Amino acid sequence: MKKRELTCIVCPRGCTLVCELDDGGKLISVSGNLCPRGKKYADDECTNPMRVVTSTVRCEDGAVVSCKTSTSIPKSLVLEAMKVINNTKAPATVKIGDVIIKNVLGTGADVIATSNK
Amino acid sequence: MNTKAVKEINCELVVVGGGPAGMAAAVAAYEDGLRDILILERDDNLGGILRQCIHNGFGLHRFGEELTGPEYAYRYEKMVRDYGIPFMTDTMVTGISKDRVVTAQNTKEGIFKIRAGAVILAMGCRERPKGALNIAGHRPAGIYTAGTAQKFVNMKGYMPGREVVILGSGDIGLIMARRMTLEGAKVKAVCELMPYSGGLARNIEQCLKDFDIPLMLSHTVVEIHGKDRLTGVTIGKVDENRRPIPETFEYIPCDTLLLSCGLIPENELTKDAGISLDRVTNGAIVDGDRETEIEGVFACGNVLHVHDLVDYVSEEASIAGHAAVRFIRHETSKTVNVQVKADGQIRYTVPQKLTEVAPTRVYFRVADVYRDKKVVVAVGDKVLYEKKKQKLAPGEMETVELTDKMIAEAAELGGVLEFKLV
Amino acid sequence: MKDVVIIGAGVIGGAVARELSKYKLDICILEKCADVAMGATRANSAIVHAGFDAKEGSLKAKLNVMGSEMMENYAHELGVKYKRNGSLVVGFSDEDKNTLEELRARGEANGVRGLRVISREEILKIEPSIGEGVTCALHAPTGAIICPYELCMATVGNAMDNGAELKLNFEVKAIEKIDGGYKVSSEKESVCARYVINCAGVYSDAVAKMAGDDSFTVIPRRGEYMLLDKECGSLVSHTIFRCPSKMGKGILVSPTVDGNLLLGPTAENIDDKEDKSTTAAGLAKVRMQANEQVAGINFGKIITSFTGLRSVGSTGDFIINEKDGFINCAGIESPGLSSAPAIGQYVRELIENSGEKLIKNESFNGARRPMHYFKECTEEEKNAIIAENPAYAHIICRCEMTSEGEIVEAIHTNPKPHDLDAIKRRTRSGMGRCQGGFCSPYVVEILARELGVDYVDITKFGGESYINIGKTKEV
Repeated sequence: MKKRELTCIVCPRGCTLVCELDDGGKLISVSGNLCPRGKKYADDECTNPMRVVTSTVRCEDGAVVSCKTSTSIPKSLVLEAMKVINNTKAPATVKIGDVIIKNVLGTGADVIATSNK
Repeated sequence: MNTKAVKEINCELVVVGGGPAGMAAAVAAYEDGLRDILILERDDNLGGILRQCIHNGFGLHRFGEELTGPEYAYRYEKMVRDYGIPFMTDTMVTGISKDRVVTAQNTKEGIFKIRAGAVILAMGCRERPKGALNIAGHRPAGIYTAGTAQKFVNMKGYMPGREVVILGSGDIGLIMARRMTLEGAKVKAVCELMPYSGGLARNIEQCLKDFDIPLMLSHTVVEIHGKDRLTGVTIGKVDENRRPIPETFEYIPCDTLLLSCGLIPENELTKDAGISLDRVTNGAIVDGDRETEIEGVFACGNVLHVHDLVDYVSEEASIAGHAAVRFIRHETSKTVNVQVKADGQIRYTVPQKLTEVAPTRVYFRVADVYRDKKVVVAVGDKVLYEKKKQKLAPGEMETVELTDKMIAEAAELGGVLEFKLV
Repeated sequence: MKDVVIIGAGVIGGAVARELSKYKLDICILEKCADVAMGATRANSAIVHAGFDAKEGSLKAKLNVMGSEMMENYAHELGVKYKRNGSLVVGFSDEDKNTLEELRARGEANGVRGLRVISREEILKIEPSIGEGVTCALHAPTGAIICPYELCMATVGNAMDNGAELKLNFEVKAIEKIDGGYKVSSEKESVCARYVINCAGVYSDAVAKMAGDDSFTVIPRRGEYMLLDKECGSLVSHTIFRCPSKMGKGILVSPTVDGNLLLGPTAENIDDKEDKSTTAAGLAKVRMQANEQVAGINFGKIITSFTGLRSVGSTGDFIINEKDGFINCAGIESPGLSSAPAIGQYVRELIENSGEKLIKNESFNGARRPMHYFKECTEEEKNAIIAENPAYAHIICRCEMTSEGEIVEAIHTNPKPHDLDAIKRRTRSGMGRCQGGFCSPYVVEILARELGVDYVDITKFGGESYINIGKTKEV
């Protein structure tokens, strides 16, 4: 059995999570979380860490607009996703909530605009 | 020289600043039935600094979901627009007088004056500049505050540099470490003068650890190198008096130094109006209504004290918005004068005084990292409130809910309410 | 062939150019940097000295007293902020008091008026924040403050308005004697002129050498300064010097014409003529001495610290001479700024004495609109200007309240700026307490638009001082 300490990133409170893992790396128990989302985070973080990517995407008129993945994607794919975002041009009229890239890297998450142009 | 008259208009409520605080204050006033409101915003759109904070983590308290900065701002912008609350963008307020005459200017109206029934100050804050740090060495290009770099990258779409060192571990610095990394830069280190970070734990986790960026606590930049563009910095460890230890000096080649060394409420207008500031918060001294020394002038958001969460900014701004409406309608009954005193371990409280007997949430910040302490609110020897805390840190704002009973008791027993850690 | 080439667009080059532009002369000013005022002019004590410092009979003494007397009208005509605030040289002991009496006697011999050695009681009446240990002071009512780079921009700009040409980024690499004059060359181009005037500051020895004159050398003396927020500018009204002692001349504490408080400089001879770095030791020394001279300085309000390099000549005096149409203005250390108007005249006399008959330029206009005129307008006057051009209502720099209109106007006014720091010196945008944190992304945009160049081509101060390295997604 292994112990692992994590800082929960779900909310700004930043709980310190103490996780107990079995030899296969599977989560047995969590303590220190002040809400159930902390347990979910610990579970993901120990098996398949997930992150929301926030960035900007260049528009056809040369300006940039802010964007994010609609849900979190595997942490290991973050830099890959950035490459896709960097090679995409959004329409010059993009509006908040518009989907810019559908199902990025097959993660199921879309890249959506988070502000208006 | 030619002259042109300065137009004067009247308005029941003028809100200075159209960021999260100003918009939330205006929305709260509108929801109380006030219609004669004017928001004055210096930038070209509502939203304030949130527009460039494109990362997520906003809104969990306020909206129950995780939003990015622009999305959070847009929620309020939409309310302002849907309600039809009047606002002017690209409009700079240049002065506020004691009798609530606001001087402003924009390209359409030129310089004009507004006689306001009430004024809400919501100008936000700015970053501590490099000069204040007084680092030795050259003065090349490539040194920016984290917020300026954030503006270049997120709003303008330009890269300030390729190899980055960050001084200060405030949240904007941590966020920019990740942001620069995602845009292809190499962030070599984040140096923090203090033995702890001023940023949120989650940001250290997801902005630094995720990308193996070292956080060097008790370290500072001692020298800047490079004549035209930055070529490197010398960093060093500091002793307990925060003095650099020469044996630990280390040269790091880099073309960019970002500074995230604290935020300062932007209170030039407040000072010009003759309102005295709290020496610790650098914001106005206010009561539970967020009313300043000048009757009918309120302050909220980062201009009052620097918040770590925009959700709290909105909450505080609503308080000011509602209070301003009560002031305009002569519904305020200020019957007591209770001073709220912080013991030093508690650095400050907002509000700093209480004038109404009503349930009041007091925000406070501690001076250092403390473990297993009790937060105590007392009048003389009499303890009115206490709560155990596992961990308290300067980066995280805390709150205490005062009941009307506690305030009445404090008023009766001498009028000084002490906030302390034991 | 030009009539005159001036090498160096500092406060001396500017004063010479402006004086000579009163005559029918074809003038060209060569400057190695991307803007004028980039050497000692940019970073010095901003003081018009009364004239008690220099040794009797020296060129320094003569030109200082003359320049100091000329300066008020000179600055006024050129629209440059000037304030006769008076100065105090403060002493801490009886020994210092003797030194102050000597200074007073020397000043009187130099022709300085109104000098008095006063007691602590008298000091306190005019300067309540004086340091605790101060026992006596030499009061010089004719001492004044001025903005040196503003003076330089005004003189160069006025010379240009009257026909002079300015070539920036022209670093002189060779000077060749040719028939009837000289050929002055950079790596890229050459300019020929009958007269060459060497106003090259710390490099004036190198420039003289190119013309075959190795009679002197110039070494850079580092002076470190701190500038405090405008909140602190009224702590003292006089310029507070320190009595010179065995420990050296000491620093000054002074208000600036823009309302800040200036502390410095240290004095350290160095080898590198480009080393404008500050040092921890130097800044600590400034702090320590400033605290002794003036009580209650709030060091939490430092907005910037910087280094200036003064040109210390090997002769101990200003080196101003003419031979075969080559004129040196070298070793112009303190009181160089104070002497500048007089040096301009002196150089003109040297040209006349060399046999040149100067003809008055009848269309010469010595007046120049102050760069800060808009800031000083009333609200009604501003509104009239805004009605004509709304950009004057669009605030770019929040700390100094500088508008887009002022920035655009500066971009198109001689001498024209090309970079962020040049805008800062002309409009104060970025000069305030946030030090450009808010406004620089906008100023870069305005500069790029007005100059018709790309956003990424804008620099902080020319050369390789790029603000951004490229576009996101592309670098």
